[in-house]
Amino acid sequence: MKAMNTVAFDAPKLFAREAEFITVTVAGQLLGLPIGRVHDVFVVSEMTKVPLAQVEIAGLLNLRGRVVTAVSLRSRLGLQDGDSTGRRMAVGLEYQGEAYGLLVDEVGEVLKLNPDEMQPNPVHMDRRWVNLSQGVHQLQGQLMIVLDVDAVLAFVSEREAA
Amino acid sequence: MDDLLLEFLTETNEHLETVDVEMVRFEQDPNNQAILSNIFRLVHTIKGTCGFLGLPRLEALAHAAETLMGKFRDGMPVTTEAVSLILTTLDRIKDILGELERHGVEPQGTDDDLIASLDYMSNASSHVQAVADTPVQAPTVGTLVHQVLERELKPGEVSLDELERAFQEAPGPDDGNAAGTLVYQVLERALKPGEVSLDELERAFREAPGPVPASTPMTQAAPVVQAAAAQKPSKKDAEPSESPEGAEGISGKVQTIRVNVDTLEHLMTMVSELVLTRNQLLEIARRNAEDYGYKVPLQRLSQVTAELQDGVMKTRMQPIGNAWQKLPRVVRDLSNELSKHIELIMQGADTELDRQVLEVIKDPLTHMVRNSADHGIESPAERRAVGKSEKGIIRLNAYHEGGSITIEISDDGKGLNYAAIRKKAVERAIVSESELERMSDAQVAKFIFHPGFSTAAAVTSVSGRGVGMDVVKTNIELIGGTVDIRSEQGRGTTFTIKIPLTLAIVAALIVSSKDQRFAIPQVAVSELVRVSPISEHSIERINGTPILRLRDRLLPIVPLSKVMRLSESEDINTGFVVVTQVAQQRFGILVDGVFHTEEIVVKPMSSKLKHIQLFSGNTILGDGAVVLIVDPNGLARMVGSEGQSDEFQADLALDQAIAAAEELTSLLVFRGGGDSLKAVPLSLVTRLEEIDASTIEWASGRPVVQYRGRLMPIVSCDDELEVRRQGMQSLLVFSDGEISMGLAVAEIVDIVEDKLDVELLAERSDLVGSAVVRGRTTEIVNVAHYLPLVLETWSRSEQRAKQGNSLLLIDGSNFFRDMLVPVLKASGYRVQTAATAQDAARMLSSGSQPDFIVADLELPGHSSFAFIATLRADAQYRLTPIIGMTLRPDAQLLALARRFKITEVVSKVDRRGLLSALAELSGTLEEAA
Repeated sequence: MKAMNTVAFDAPKLFAREAEFITVTVAGQLLGLPIGRVHDVFVVSEMTKVPLAQVEIAGLLNLRGRVVTAVSLRSRLGLQDGDSTGRRMAVGLEYQGEAYGLLVDEVGEVLKLNPDEMQPNPVHMDRRWVNLSQGVHQLQGQLMIVLDVDAVLAFVSEREAA
Repeated sequence: MDDLLLEFLTETNEHLETVDVEMVRFEQDPNNQAILSNIFRLVHTIKGTCGFLGLPRLEALAHAAETLMGKFRDGMPVTTEAVSLILTTLDRIKDILGELERHGVEPQGTDDDLIASLDYMSNASSHVQAVADTPVQAPTVGTLVHQVLERELKPGEVSLDELERAFQEAPGPDDGNAAGTLVYQVLERALKPGEVSLDELERAFREAPGPVPASTPMTQAAPVVQAAAAQKPSKKDAEPSESPEGAEGISGKVQTIRVNVDTLEHLMTMVSELVLTRNQLLEIARRNAEDYGYKVPLQRLSQVTAELQDGVMKTRMQPIGNAWQKLPRVVRDLSNELSKHIELIMQGADTELDRQVLEVIKDPLTHMVRNSADHGIESPAERRAVGKSEKGIIRLNAYHEGGSITIEISDDGKGLNYAAIRKKAVERAIVSESELERMSDAQVAKFIFHPGFSTAAAVTSVSGRGVGMDVVKTNIELIGGTVDIRSEQGRGTTFTIKIPLTLAIVAALIVSSKDQRFAIPQVAVSELVRVSPISEHSIERINGTPILRLRDRLLPIVPLSKVMRLSESEDINTGFVVVTQVAQQRFGILVDGVFHTEEIVVKPMSSKLKHIQLFSGNTILGDGAVVLIVDPNGLARMVGSEGQSDEFQADLALDQAIAAAEELTSLLVFRGGGDSLKAVPLSLVTRLEEIDASTIEWASGRPVVQYRGRLMPIVSCDDELEVRRQGMQSLLVFSDGEISMGLAVAEIVDIVEDKLDVELLAERSDLVGSAVVRGRTTEIVNVAHYLPLVLETWSRSEQRAKQGNSLLLIDGSNFFRDMLVPVLKASGYRVQTAATAQDAARMLSSGSQPDFIVADLELPGHSSFAFIATLRADAQYRLTPIIGMTLRPDAQLLALARRFKITEVVSKVDRRGLLSALAELSGTLEEAA
């Protein structure tokens, strides 16, 4: 199962001029995740909260018999956690051999974009966002931030930080 | 790497392990031919395979070792030097194998030194023997050598003359074969790397200095003997005959196949998943009452899964002996190095446990055995001096016990030097001197688990560097195990390790706290107690800290919701207390609900969550929910660390309770007026209450409160403290039957278990005296003082009507007498007291005739029993009811009490029990009258 899940994330770059992104929305902002890193997209049904855990960790999920750590993208971006009513979506990712579920507000369509058209981060963007963003794509009517998946999941536990 | 080579490596490593162990056994039991031929066969197999695979270095070494062992088999006496040499050779072979494993080729280098020594050793025998025996019995060289050798080799000197003579005599004309062999040998050797030519040998032989001490460099002496090696014709014959034997041995036990550990691990994971899925199915079946015909197959599936799980678990099980395999060698080498005689006894080596667990405990075990050998066992001289046999014994014992395995490592050495540990503990500022003074030896012993703690006077190469025991403890605790020490000075030390059978699947109790479920490993759970304010067990609070009184012991309570920060509310009083025991620490986890127990598959915590020490992992329950597994060790650490005390102090309170219970009194410490610390024995206090001061009514200037439907008088604990008129008022409630008294105190501080040493009797009647409690001067309150203040109420007591019965109280402790007398008086008895049996006897002889005698059964020197015996012998007192008081009413004491016709035995702290026993007896007394 493990072997199946491990996909080299920079593979798409090598092939096409076009990179594919899964778009997600958090607090109205469109963000894109490189499709090679995304294992699956699923609806969060039941989540177990972990007492004493750092704020970014929303809880633990049972994804087809596998325990997945749910990370709140909102809190990673320094946003307030939204009202948890309604269905919650998560994007399944793998980081350092462990399974994570990134909680987002909504999951949108898959976009094919030319990596050359990616613009660097605006200089006055929030520091938290800069750290997690690889750049910005200009779409019609809105901007899409390309999320750096590794950076999103590379937060340290409280003890290490201390 | 070549498959064949890999196969060879695994197999050879296994063989070597066995040879190691067998060699040590053989040294102790040189006459055991079975062991020897086993070793011989193994080494021979190694040699054969090496030759086949083209590994010249290994082959040469194995060959040389085999030759020496062949000598043993032919009857050469087994010496420590020879065995050491073979063991060194084995180590070299292992090194080479290690290199081989890493690089796929034999490393560069030669083993001439070893081979030469080995050859010297093997040939020395035949040679010396030849020397000694030739004059008498030249042809029977082969058999007689050995007795001679022992004599000759030990003194360590062989004169060159003798060697010379032997050399010349041995290949004499009457032994034609020998000459032939000589040629063969020479040829064989010439092929090997680093071998010396015969010419050189010859020259060396001639040039060698006169007396050759055995201790001179082996290489120098070796050539001499090597030349002589030509004489052993038997060796070559023996070899071929050995091969079929070896082959037989191998083909005979092809009952096993090698499986890659990863394959097994994967299988285990899959089975774990299967178990989970089965649990989910069972859960669904449980919820749906309707049977669509799948329930029977599901049952079957469940059963098969269980069996499969069992089977796969078994594949992971290995006898603990595997972890012990290295130990005989370790002990042997140590005893040589330290010049001690040590015997290692291993019991229960076939006890099986999970491979994973085995790996973790392997090193700690070795370390502990080393420690025992180095620190524990004394030198032969010391042992003789204290009248022990020179040979020290280290005993390893393993057995199953419940769901866990117990391993004991004990030695009969000098035991822990508590004084040195105490000294060191202070030096290293782990504890203060005053704290240390109050610690029992058992607590002091635990310091050796402190990082960097060593009392060894000299740092040896073996141990004493102070690294180790803390690592041992950490390693063992990591897998949910515990270590315990028992040590008796001069008698030895025993370490007891308890570890779970397996780490993958554990039975867990599923509990809930604030709508969230948690799993608590069942091994740590000793019992469940339901608590509610109205039931028999209710949670009491001391300064906000929850406590449960459980069978006269105080159990610290940890509300799970609080440590998990699930709820802010401090005062939860209903739910279940999961009584948990971790090492010496006992505490109760307060949860809201308890569901059931379930076999859970432990999944590791995500690396992002590993720092939370409260959880040891997580799992998926049958209903699909993820639950966190509470780590009792982590919780215990948290309990201990709250209130800034470290682990040792956490143990302290408990140990104090366990150790010397008869000396300890539970004291309730509170604050009176002017911030003075006061204490009263907890056994006298019925309840602790905090009441709203506005509910206190003032009846003719005296405060009373409605308490449990009755009026309870309140007395201030000292003159300086006013009973409050507003806010909250803390009360200690003393009650007897339906009568209660409330003692108003400023603040309840703590409950402590301490040795009660009343140091001076105060002038004031409200105090018994003062004592040092936990390092603070504390006034011990005399409850008797307050009783007259509320006498009105007490005097209304119906029990007062029973006035008239007289009673003799014999108790060695002033304190208990002072405490009991007012209680007894208040219950309407005329009380006389005596401190000793002699006093009591004097009182009785001076004409007092009590209706009852209440005696402490633990008067010094069993004098209470002697006294009672004399009483029973006297016609006057034959029928006088005697009530015995004891702190520990155990079976032995009860039997003793029956024999001495003691009417009733009550616990000393059970005041109510004493009163009801008295009441019952006065009832019978009246009937009789």
